[in-house]
Amino acid sequence: MQPKLAVSQVYKVFGDAAPAALDLLRRGRSKQEILAETGATVGVRDASFDVQEGEIFVVMGLSGSGKSTLVRMLNGLIPPTSGQILIDGEDIARADAARLRRIRREKISMIFQHFALFPHWTVAENVAYGLKITGVPHDERRARALDVLEQVGLAAWADSLPSDLSGGMQQRVGLARGLAAEPDILLMDEPFGALDPLIRREMQMELLTLQRTLKKTIVFITHDLNEALMLGSRIAIMKDGQIVQIGTAQEIVTAPADDYVAAFVADIDRGRVFTADDVSSDATTIQLRQTSVRDALRMMERGGANALYVLDGDRVAGVVTYRDLAASEMDTAITASLQGSLITDFPTADTTTCLSDLYSDAGSGLPIAVTDERDRLLAVVEPADVLAHLSGDATPQEQQEQTYAQPR
Amino acid sequence: MLSPADLATLPFDDWVNTFVRGWLVPNFRPFFRATQVPISAVLDWLDTLFRWLPMLVTTALFALASWKWAGRGMAIFTVLGFAFIDMIGLWPETMTTLAMVVTAVLFCAVIGIPAGIVSARSNLFWRILRPVLDVMQTIPSFVYLVPIVMLFGVGMAPGIIATIVFALPPIVRLTNLGIRNVRGDLIEAAEAFGSTGWQMLWDLQLPLAMRTIMAGLNQTLMLAMSMVVISALIGAGGLGLIVNTGLGRLDVGGATAGGVGIVILAIVLDRITQGLAEQNNVSRMSLRQTLSNVFRLRGTAALAGVEKAG
Ligand SMILES: Nc1ncnc2c1ncn2[C@@H]1O[C@H](COP(=O)(O)OP(=O)(O)O)[C@@H](O)[C@H]1O
Ligand SMILES: [Mg+2]
Repeated sequence: MQPKLAVSQVYKVFGDAAPAALDLLRRGRSKQEILAETGATVGVRDASFDVQEGEIFVVMGLSGSGKSTLVRMLNGLIPPTSGQILIDGEDIARADAARLRRIRREKISMIFQHFALFPHWTVAENVAYGLKITGVPHDERRARALDVLEQVGLAAWADSLPSDLSGGMQQRVGLARGLAAEPDILLMDEPFGALDPLIRREMQMELLTLQRTLKKTIVFITHDLNEALMLGSRIAIMKDGQIVQIGTAQEIVTAPADDYVAAFVADIDRGRVFTADDVSSDATTIQLRQTSVRDALRMMERGGANALYVLDGDRVAGVVTYRDLAASEMDTAITASLQGSLITDFPTADTTTCLSDLYSDAGSGLPIAVTDERDRLLAVVEPADVLAHLSGDATPQEQQEQTYAQPR
Repeated sequence: MLSPADLATLPFDDWVNTFVRGWLVPNFRPFFRATQVPISAVLDWLDTLFRWLPMLVTTALFALASWKWAGRGMAIFTVLGFAFIDMIGLWPETMTTLAMVVTAVLFCAVIGIPAGIVSARSNLFWRILRPVLDVMQTIPSFVYLVPIVMLFGVGMAPGIIATIVFALPPIVRLTNLGIRNVRGDLIEAAEAFGSTGWQMLWDLQLPLAMRTIMAGLNQTLMLAMSMVVISALIGAGGLGLIVNTGLGRLDVGGATAGGVGIVILAIVLDRITQGLAEQNNVSRMSLRQTLSNVFRLRGTAALAGVEKAG
């Protein structure tokens, strides 16, 4: 499939000496050396990546690492010094002014760190801005603006001025303005960076919720690794204008490309990075009506398991533990059935449940059932694995295998 | 002592004479004459209108405007001030002066706002225009009265042209400043959504720069008021003529009466345009407060203009 957005070998050098600086860059000189030698500032250096339709692609890096420059090249606000940026196969870097305007109106919109709402217009007028400049009649664009405001929960504020709203609400307006023009691609430059932590978390959840229905292609900039890991389908890490690693959250945490990334990853919240999917193992199951207590015990002894999930047809009936079964076998040697020892309030999760949410269930000692939306058992998570991953003790090799074995 | 003049003397005045008399005037006089036509037309129209309007109606209109934009106190001041002007017999001259000032400000706005917009968008244009504005503001206005008379003759319209030259810079400067000061991220947002240059100007830059532009208009108006007496030297009428006549005859009373008329008109126009720029809700300010404000803060500017003129 053609990627929605394809960036290849893009460079941006600020300053008059750009051609000379570009030459030095290609010969591998550092940003600092080039600044000292030519006076030109390197913004972005040899960036290449693809963004697939419907993906949240996060660009993470410290302040000054070139994130804003990179994202502004994607909609032509900053023209690249060299390289190619294809949106649906059309090169932004080579588009003339009119074409660029058309692409911005139809395909791409942007959400800013400091909201950049127009202070002299009401919330609804702000949201309708993209429609106004394309000449949509007043009533129609207002109706559309109210629709989108409804989606972000601000319909009641349509006729207020932005200055009457809190920071979080203003950014919802910013988001609504970005969505109103129905673009395919959303560029978000540290959109939650100016919000306080609680509101930021709320906005992150809301973005994920919206994205589930909207399925936009999103390029999301942040300097906060936790935010990156939480939102990103894939993450690019930038340093001094260069992308040092691109990968999924798990790949970046388990196999940092260099010391720079490793230092970042050292103090992240692992519980939010890994999901049940990452730590689960294949489930050995038995059928409720076809397996005797004795057979079950024997299976557990062979597999070294403490508990087994019991299926009734397709459905998960419950879980039995070795201890319970062994006790019941002693009591009523021959008539013992699985039914008597079945624990039916077993812990469950789906593949995307975070480890931090599995943590309390892991305390019960029972393996956690990973089920799909129709309650079918996909895999199980052993409590010990949860704890091992949270503490970062699991051996990297084992984790890498898991990452590659389970394509997302 | 040796001085450069011992070595050579430059006939600078002759050069200017040759340039203006020998080249500029014969070649371009018809062109300059033609530029007066729109100015005269607007002036005649306004002058006729203001003289035709009954004094009470005009006063009522100004009092209303004062009340709306400058407060109750200013409205009372306007009524009293205009009544005073009428009673000292200077009403028709005041209306002529008003017509002249309004005409000059109108043309300053028509020329200055677009020039300011272009300046804000083109650094090159601004680099060229800026020294020109500096020169316009620093040359004493008496200096360009002579070439203006030679090119345009004497009369109302040349007087207004001199006024325009003198009063134009602030509106250009402040339009430029206002537009350049619009927050960069707003401009970026407009661009990111694909707006054209014109759309950005109308939707964003002009509305957000409006306060600053209005402040420029207010300054331009005040400078135009201060040219009232000087432009009367080259044939413009109104209150300036009264002051000049008084000056010529050493008639202290007449000159003072004209001067007071100018001050009253200046204060009223200043406060109304200032209020327009700020759009504050000031309608409850009392006369005493207003007067103390006028003479403490802005009085200096208004009076400075008149002082220069008188
Ligand atoms: N217009 C510009 N002119 C010169 N240098 C710039 C310009 N914009 C950004 N830079 C430089 O480019 C580098 C990357 O900046 P930026 O993309 O804003 O980083 P980030 O968004 O990651 O904080 C910085 O060193 C910055 O100083
Ligand atoms: Mg930035």
